[in-house]
This record gives sequence, C-alpha cells and structure tokens, in this order.
Amino acid sequence: MAYDWLKGIEEHYDLVVIGSGLGGMTGANVLAKCGHKVLLLEHHYQLGGLATWFTRKGGHIFDISLHGFPIGMIKSIRKYWSQDIAASIVQLKGVRFINPQFQVDTTFDREDFTRQLVEKFKVPAETVERFFTDLRAMNFYDNNPETTGQMFERYFPGRADVQRLLMEPIAYANGSTMDDPAITFGIVFSNFMSKGVYTFQGGSDVLIKKMAVELKANGVEVRKHVVVEKVLTEERDGRKQVVGVVANGKTIRCDAVLSNANIKSTVLRLAGAENFSPEFVAQTKAVRVNSSSCQVYLGIKKGETLPHIGDLVFTSDEPVFSSEKLVDLHTTSRTFSMYYPDTRPGSDRYTVVVSINAKYEDWNSLTPEQYAVEKERLIEESIVSLERYIPGVRAKIDWREAATPRTIEYYTKHWAGTSFGTKFEGLKVSMDLPNQLPGLYHAGSVGIIMSGWLGTINYGVIVANQVDKFITARKRAATPATA
Amino acid sequence: MTKDECRKLVIDIISDIAPDEDLTTVKPEVRLRDQLQLDSMDFLDIVMELRKRHGIEVPEADYTQLASLDSCADYLTPKFQAKA
Repeated sequence: MAYDWLKGIEEHYDLVVIGSGLGGMTGANVLAKCGHKVLLLEHHYQLGGLATWFTRKGGHIFDISLHGFPIGMIKSIRKYWSQDIAASIVQLKGVRFINPQFQVDTTFDREDFTRQLVEKFKVPAETVERFFTDLRAMNFYDNNPETTGQMFERYFPGRADVQRLLMEPIAYANGSTMDDPAITFGIVFSNFMSKGVYTFQGGSDVLIKKMAVELKANGVEVRKHVVVEKVLTEERDGRKQVVGVVANGKTIRCDAVLSNANIKSTVLRLAGAENFSPEFVAQTKAVRVNSSSCQVYLGIKKGETLPHIGDLVFTSDEPVFSSEKLVDLHTTSRTFSMYYPDTRPGSDRYTVVVSINAKYEDWNSLTPEQYAVEKERLIEESIVSLERYIPGVRAKIDWREAATPRTIEYYTKHWAGTSFGTKFEGLKVSMDLPNQLPGLYHAGSVGIIMSGWLGTINYGVIVANQVDKFITARKRAATPATA
Repeated sequence: MTKDECRKLVIDIISDIAPDEDLTTVKPEVRLRDQLQLDSMDFLDIVMELRKRHGIEVPEADYTQLASLDSCADYLTPKFQAKA
C-alpha cells in the first residue's frame, strides 16, 4: 500500500489551506497566529508554489522566481513572518536594458528614473514629476477604465522608447499588457519606484525552509504530496456552506477553506459549479487567465566565474515594444537573472536564469517531438544571446535546461499553465467567493495587482482577515456566554 | 474604559505593527496616516489585532473611523464599554 501522507492528522480543523504558494503559506501563518487550528496541504513534494528552486548535478541550485520585488516586502515579511527572514532582504542595484531603442543602467527607483527620463530621454522634468505623483495617487476603488497604453499616451505621446522603458520590466513582473487597466501597471510600478528592486539573500531554498520552520512553530500542520480533490459542502439553514475537503481520498472536516489554487480551478473544479448560481459560474468562466513564461536555466561549471553584467538584464532585438510580440513563440525578448556567488553567501557558484514571456496555447499544441525541438531552440537562442554580453560563456556552461508553460502546469496545477494568475476581472470573483459559498475563500495570483511576491503575500493577509472574522464568529456562537 | 485608555490600547497595537515609529509625539486629532508611515495593510493589521486582543469587530464600512487616535477613541470606546 502507498505511504499515507495524511497519517496522524486530526478529524477536524478550523481551516484547511489548499496550496502552499506565498499567499497560501502567509494566510496559514497569520491565521495560526490568530489561534486557529490550520492544516496546509500541498500537492508537490516542496513548498513555495512558484517561489521555489530545484537542484541539479554539478552542485547547481536554480531559483524559479527569486529576482526582484519591491521594498514593501521587508515590512510585510517582518509583520507576517519574522524579523529574521526580513533581515535577509537586500537591494539589487544593477538593472539594465539593452534593445535597439536604448541602453540604460539604472537602480530602478524614482530618483534614478527621473534623472534618466530627463537627461537621456529629454522628457520635461515637470512631466516626469506629474507622472510619478499621479501614479502614486491611483486607487483601486476609482474604477478608472483607462488602459496602461492610453495613460502612457497622455503623459508621453508618441514616445515609444519611454513607453518601452516603463512597460517592459512590469510585463515580466506581472504579465500585464498595454491593454490592461492602468492600475495594474500603476500599483506595481509605484511599488518598485519607491526604493528600487530587492531580493532574498540566501536563495529561495533558505527562504522557504525558514517559512516552513515558522509555520511549524506557530502550530500549522503542513502536509506535502497531498492533492485536494474536492471541497465538501452541506446545506444548513437552507444555505450551502463549506464543511470539509476530500484530499488523497480522505475526508477532512473543517469550518473554512482558503484556496491558494487558481480562482477558476477553485470555483469550477474544487468546489464545482453545482455550489454556485449560474451567474457566478458564468462570471468565473469569463475570467481570462494571464499569459505564462518559459525559463532557461544555465549552470556555470564549478571554478568558472562570470563578469558582473548587472543583476536583471532586460534584452530584446524587437525594434519597438509590443505586448503581442513579447509573448510570441519566437520572441527575441528575454530577461537574464544573473545569480552571482553573493546570492548565496558562502557559495562560489554562478547561475543564469533566462525568463521569456509565453502563451500556453503555443506550447500545448506541440507534438512531443516538436516540443523537444522548441525547448532546445529556446536554450540555444538564450545562450547565443548571452554570448553577446559575456563572450565565451558557452564553454563555461555545464547544465542547460528549459521550462515552459507546460512545466508550470505540471508542478503548480495552474489553470492553463499561467505564471501570472488572471486578468483584472479575476479579483472581483475571488473577493466575492465567500458571499457565494460561506466558508470558501481564495487568495492567490488574481487581477494582476495581486500577483508577484508582494501582491500575493499581502492578498493572503487581506483574505486571512476575512477568514479570521468568519472563524472567530463561529467559535463565539458555539461557546455559551459566561456570566 | 475611558477614551484615554482606549487611545492607549490603540497606541499599544500600533507600536507592535510599526516598531520603528516614534509614537510619543503622535497628535491625537491628526490623521495617523499624515504623521506616521502607515499604509492600508497596517490599518488592516489594527483591525485584526482589535479582534484578536480585545474581541472587537470593526466592519469594513467603518475602517475610516480609525483615521486618527481621537476618532478611534470615539468609535471604539462604546464598543469596549458594551463588552464590559
């Protein structure tokens, strides 16, 4: 008989969390600290969702999505995790752009961007100031229908170069396009511009392991290798509500479920359309999933070194930026995340992770033979591109491997292999979920603004507050008042 | 529970959420956001701590009542008194 990954668990929990992405883990941690009994279930053998890593022979450790989050992470990690983890967050100062329109080296903060825009791009200082100030004042509740592209045209009409400088890095960060609501650009860009780009020193492996220790210390029961098949509901007082989950074939009772799965998977697969009104089901089906990513992992031989060419290098051969071309199967746009030895203090190793935006459909329609060919092409083109900045780098590489939207689908179960969650409308469905089915909550990459490390951690806390309110009210109702 | 005691409880919560802030000079009638580095997540933390420490529920529609120490005291003191 197969090993029972749920061995020894209890019959009932206040809360079951489905999935251990940063949103799920943070929600679990916050709610455990509120005194609730929490069970966290992860289908993979490792925690972290896309905030993860893998090792390969030759001593290589590859980070999937470590590079680059805003300074707000320090505060959020300190408040919702620990001061110890927050103390390892350090700034990445070398952000570079190399494309046919311009070459820019920047610390990616408001001060330096203002200087570059005024001196190099000759934009009036007053326009730059107004742009930054207006962006900071953007508010989710304003319901402004303007798109990012329209907003750019208001401040920088006809300036394809300026628009590229502003849009390209954010497109890699959250998959947003010129056609998405301007707030999806504004919030994320403003967060970065506040103080620049930060990363976790020590690597994703150290970060996630420290979080796992913290979860345990706060009393969260964490189980890996466990697939949640179904959210169970029962009708009480004429209304359906959550009463448990079925995971690895076993029924576990609980008062609430916090799903860190994709919002469409949560509604349509885990709970099932039968638990919702036809309108809500239609609304969920209409939510567009965002695009996805490919990555190429290049391991540098032990003993070899690389020159410092920047930490995050945005490269492209496209004459101008276009959101469509960025996700094209044959795009020439790629970001190099350079991992020098100081990524993991004490190590002397170098790795390069190349990120390329992509469409799931392009990769899912390939035959096995075509798939292998396309992956090899992706690797080869990435190495040729990197050789332009580091001549002779090919001879130093002793591990090469590619991941595609299909890889992401396999490891995370994300709907259509997305790496960026859903488009804007997904947030409304996510926030409305507990009104539709009491006890069911969702925190995960939705609406673009809740994507990325900082967005997903903060959204985990926002939803945890709702869950806490719900569970606390239940407990109070169940406890007879004492005189 | 007096309004002064209520202000003190709110200050206790903020000092845990924002340990780097100097809270000795906070003006009770001025918006907290205008004198401290507090963002919307910090206000959410105040709501969660009021529930956890004192069993007080602040509905989302009332979050604006937490703007300043004085408005906190006006809004929260009756809630504390109702519990006692």
